[in-house]
Amino acid sequence: MATSAIIFYTISGVMILFSLLAVTSRRILRAAIYLLFALAGTAALYFMVDYQFLAAVQLIVYAGGIVVLIIFSVLLTTHINEKLEKPTWGKVFITATLALGGLVLTLFILTNHEFVLGTKPSAEATVSVIGERLLGYQAGGYVLPFEVISILLLAAMIGAIVIAKRNATKS
Amino acid sequence: MKWLYDFSYLTHAIHKGLSERFEPGTVVILEMVMVGVAFMLLFAVLGLVLVYAERKVSAVIQQRLGPMRVGKWGTAQTLADVVKLLLKEPLINKDADRFLFNLAPFVIMIAAFMAIAALPFAKGLHAIDFDIGILYIAAVSSLGVIGILLAGWSSNNKYSLIGAMRSGAQIISYELSVALSLLTIVVLTGSLQLSVIVESQADGWWIFKGHIPAMIAFLIFLIASTAETNRGPFDLAEAESELTAGFHTEYSGLKFAFFFLAEFANMFIVAGIGATVFLGGWMPFHIGTWEGFNAVMDFIPPIVWFFGKVGFMIFLMMWFRWTFPRLRIDQLLTLEWKYLLPINLMNIVLMAFLSLMGWHF
Repeated sequence: MATSAIIFYTISGVMILFSLLAVTSRRILRAAIYLLFALAGTAALYFMVDYQFLAAVQLIVYAGGIVVLIIFSVLLTTHINEKLEKPTWGKVFITATLALGGLVLTLFILTNHEFVLGTKPSAEATVSVIGERLLGYQAGGYVLPFEVISILLLAAMIGAIVIAKRNATKS
Repeated sequence: MKWLYDFSYLTHAIHKGLSERFEPGTVVILEMVMVGVAFMLLFAVLGLVLVYAERKVSAVIQQRLGPMRVGKWGTAQTLADVVKLLLKEPLINKDADRFLFNLAPFVIMIAAFMAIAALPFAKGLHAIDFDIGILYIAAVSSLGVIGILLAGWSSNNKYSLIGAMRSGAQIISYELSVALSLLTIVVLTGSLQLSVIVESQADGWWIFKGHIPAMIAFLIFLIASTAETNRGPFDLAEAESELTAGFHTEYSGLKFAFFFLAEFANMFIVAGIGATVFLGGWMPFHIGTWEGFNAVMDFIPPIVWFFGKVGFMIFLMMWFRWTFPRLRIDQLLTLEWKYLLPINLMNIVLMAFLSLMGWHF
């Protein structure tokens, strides 16, 4: 087996294992850490296919951002001895059916899809190309969605500050 | 001796030698193992040297002698400390989360290993030269905070938990300033790739070429990176008088040594990034078109330049630690969010304007 195949199967095996652990663990902080490993595995796959920008964004947004946020809220709200209560069998049954259904659907589509090897050279994804696309206003540029999203984020931040300040004056 | 000036001769020779004997796949794995072992050795040596340096620097500043007994001028003191740490009993609290407790030191070390891989040490001596260099370093250095939070929570100790929360808040806040001050220089270089950033400083370092905004950015970087590595005067997370030792209170023996080593490794990485972006990395000190002067400077090998600059940055950070009094948590957060961040944002606009008008050298 080629080295890249071995590395790919190792990473995917780790991701599957930790995704399963993340949903089955009854200690909430451990579940968050298992989730971190699964997300870092995704970043590793992006690095493997040389899509470095997306890999770094995956690390910053998910591993460094969202998981840290989850850990912070766990730290503030739960005690170390707390364990999540066991889910009822009905809930387990429904979620397992839904998850397995999704898996079967995805596998069905993947196995029936005809993958054609592209003849075009793979597009470059360097920072300069991404930057020019994001801020370009000619055809193929994404400046309008970029600006709209930044305004949305700004509004969200201001909203968060307003909510936080109102509570501070009350107490 | 030409490999001393361009390490690609050495690395290509190693690659050729391995390729003749093994399959391409095996060569890749062998080279990865070699790079990993090299960085492990580097971290071990760094730990020994920097701990000794810190004790001697603090001694000089406080008009003491520092360690003097073990070896000549106390040079074997850190080795003796390592032996002591290895022989200590690893303790784990009752009711501590054993899995996370054992995992936390490794998370911090892994983040440090991932960050150091992208540093250019000398010409051709560069583990991975990412196109997204600075973004990558910002991404992986934000992983270290997870280890600190885990250590604090899993210890089942309120001092650890408070220390971890403070550390976390501090690191997350100051990460912004570090990244933004580096972006100020990226405006001039036009690239995030660290090798390109170093090459662009062949006719002068960015701290001189970018004059006023570059100097402001350098100062902000120094302050923010000292805070990001949890060092004094920003070490309130481990303020021994109020919190015993912060997030690593419950750690002993080898696991404590990991935290200790990670602190010095992170200091080295931060100093290395600062030296690369602001002070030219391994690029010798050149002045414009002074041919003779530049030739003399080129005679000093790049690796000496790199470690010299990193040593200078580390000395500055040690000087800070032993000179300034510790900040309070509210002062710390005020400094970041009300002063450094607005100054930083205005500085980037100023730098962009300067770059647009062509007023830099």
